[in-house]
Amino acid sequence: MSTLENGIHCSPAIHAPGERQITFGQAIREAIAEEMARDERVFVIGEDVAAAGSVFKVLVGLLDEFGPERVIDSPISEAGIAGIGVGAAITGMRPIVDIMFGDFTTLVMDQLVNQAAKTHYMSGGKLTVPMVLRTTLGASRRSAAQHSQSLHALFSHIPGLKVALPATPFDAKGLMKSAIRDENPVVIFEDKMLYQEQGPVPEEEYTLPLGQADVKRTGDDITIVATSSMVYVALEAVEKLDSIGISAELIDPRTTTPLDTDTLVQSARKTSRALVLDEGYRQYGVTGEIASVIADGAFYYLDAPVKRIGAMNVPVPFSPAMEDLTIPNADYVVETAKSLCG
Amino acid sequence: MSETNDTNPSLNELDAEHWLQAYEQMVKIRTFEETANELYTSARMPGITHLYIGEEAIAVGVCEALRQDDYITSTHRGHGHCLAKGAALDKMFAELLGKEAGYCRGKGGSMHIADQETGNLGANGIVGGSAGIATGAGMSIKLRGTDQVSVCFFGDGALGQGLLYESMNMAQLWKLPVIYVCENNQYGEYTHNSKAAAGSMVGRASGFGVHAQAIDGQDIRTVHATARLVIDRARKGGGPAFLVCNTYRFRGHHVGDIDRPYRTREEEEEWAKRDPLTLLEDWLLKSKQAEEHVLERIQQEVKTAVDDAVAFAEEASFPSESEVDNHVYA
Ligand SMILES: Cc1ncc(C[n+]2csc(CCOP(=O)(O)OP(=O)(O)O)c2C)c(N)n1
Ligand SMILES: [Mg+2]
Repeated sequence: MSTLENGIHCSPAIHAPGERQITFGQAIREAIAEEMARDERVFVIGEDVAAAGSVFKVLVGLLDEFGPERVIDSPISEAGIAGIGVGAAITGMRPIVDIMFGDFTTLVMDQLVNQAAKTHYMSGGKLTVPMVLRTTLGASRRSAAQHSQSLHALFSHIPGLKVALPATPFDAKGLMKSAIRDENPVVIFEDKMLYQEQGPVPEEEYTLPLGQADVKRTGDDITIVATSSMVYVALEAVEKLDSIGISAELIDPRTTTPLDTDTLVQSARKTSRALVLDEGYRQYGVTGEIASVIADGAFYYLDAPVKRIGAMNVPVPFSPAMEDLTIPNADYVVETAKSLCG
Repeated sequence: MSETNDTNPSLNELDAEHWLQAYEQMVKIRTFEETANELYTSARMPGITHLYIGEEAIAVGVCEALRQDDYITSTHRGHGHCLAKGAALDKMFAELLGKEAGYCRGKGGSMHIADQETGNLGANGIVGGSAGIATGAGMSIKLRGTDQVSVCFFGDGALGQGLLYESMNMAQLWKLPVIYVCENNQYGEYTHNSKAAAGSMVGRASGFGVHAQAIDGQDIRTVHATARLVIDRARKGGGPAFLVCNTYRFRGHHVGDIDRPYRTREEEEEWAKRDPLTLLEDWLLKSKQAEEHVLERIQQEVKTAVDDAVAFAEEASFPSESEVDNHVYA
């Protein structure tokens, strides 16, 4: 197994040591550029995605490479561009709709939930919607309640939408490429705090299947399931647990739909304890679904109830003094894990 | 109602004293914003903020025509609206610094200042997000039978949002007392509105039959005179209006946007010649409504007040941990 700079392990088959390091943002950009070069049906539409290269600077250079017909600055019309994405996808294009902040996905709900998610099934399988909606999640930028949410649970709830939550540059690139090639709508959430995070990404082409969890660390005493931003918090916790003699296995599902239930259940059967961690609000969060999948599949093997940790059930407050309290941290994960192993 | 205001009789309706008050409000906003920028660059303020510098004539021109019990809704670039509607400097700065003494107890920050005492229903981080709220306030005014007015401030970027058009349509159908004030500062983030708004801005509202006009947003006298007319009209049951106030944000989209590669320095210099503060100063001096030393005194007083407010905010304490789930009902 190779190790990322930050200590996250990745599947050995696809990694060799000494690979080049790029950032999460570069990985996303590379995935999109490669797919645009490979398939002329792919285009990007969103606010300030072209000339400015997106507000997070992730798409810088795409406009020069592919021109304004395929990298399109839109008005501030989230519902409109999502609708354009659906219509273009049904009629043979492969749109990537860019929604700057995950919070603004509430504005595209009808187009995504009632249109994109329903079209294939409702048309008796005649129509397909091969579109990607990329957006962000994550708090701690002192941006307050309307720019800090992690809303992936909303979309994970909907049959007909796939939801990807990459945590590493490697995963980001592989999942983005698969999302673009997928015949159906995929919503991909990128943690805006991760864009500068470095990690190994091979030069050669690869994709990652949607629906395959990744074991980021192997361990014996407890399974910690973590998504996106929380993979890093979990990793810090895993190291702290290690130092007190608790061996934790860290699993990143990478997609919430489809969900790799086998990997989750097998790990929990092995360790007999599980803790699920995600930055979405805890109430009705994806942790609930994952915990229930584990409880169902590993019931007879479990030594403790499955615990879940999410963001506090409050609108994200602005003040640093409060915001930090609302996001799960490593110490809290360690305490919870200890109580399960106690 | 006339589409132009060149010969507007109410242009000079304010007496010298009121113009000086408007001037003070504009200086207050300018100084507040320059100070907010300093707080950011010296890493004394969490997060980022969007400065209103260059657009002061709009907030002040409109709000000087409002009563305390009239409503406004504001935007991510909202400090000017809040101050113009009567917000206090100390609670504003305290909010920007995330302190408990702030308008929202540190929960909202720069983008979300609300103050029901001055009729401020809240700044909004969602572009166009307050169009419904302002219109709902108009509905409430009508149902309660008062003669208040509701003003919705938003940027030209919000013209991209469908909610605005649903709201204006209903406001016109039901003759709601709502004034839609589009602050057309030419850009939404890094995109010029020529690439974002097709057709006529004014025509968007006149298509619904809403009284609509485009005006010079740098000249407070024009803004105020026009605002007075449409506000009085709405108060009397005349229905909504839509004002496109042409203006320019003198700084970047937010405090971190310092290079501004999406626009030219020449364009900025052209607009700088029409600084709303200088325009008002020149007029006040030329029309002999004020002398230089009076304006200087106002600037000095505002500076002192701002310094005191910053000191207050910096000394104020952060919210305690228990504040985080205070006001949570579900
Ligand atoms: C619905 C929504 N989409 C996108 C954004 C991101 N955003 C914040 S400010 C802004 C530009 C707004 O432009 P405009 O309305 O003209 O206001 P200005 O900043 O020029 O005052 C954008 C796109 C947002 N906050 N809300
Ligand atoms: Mg604008």
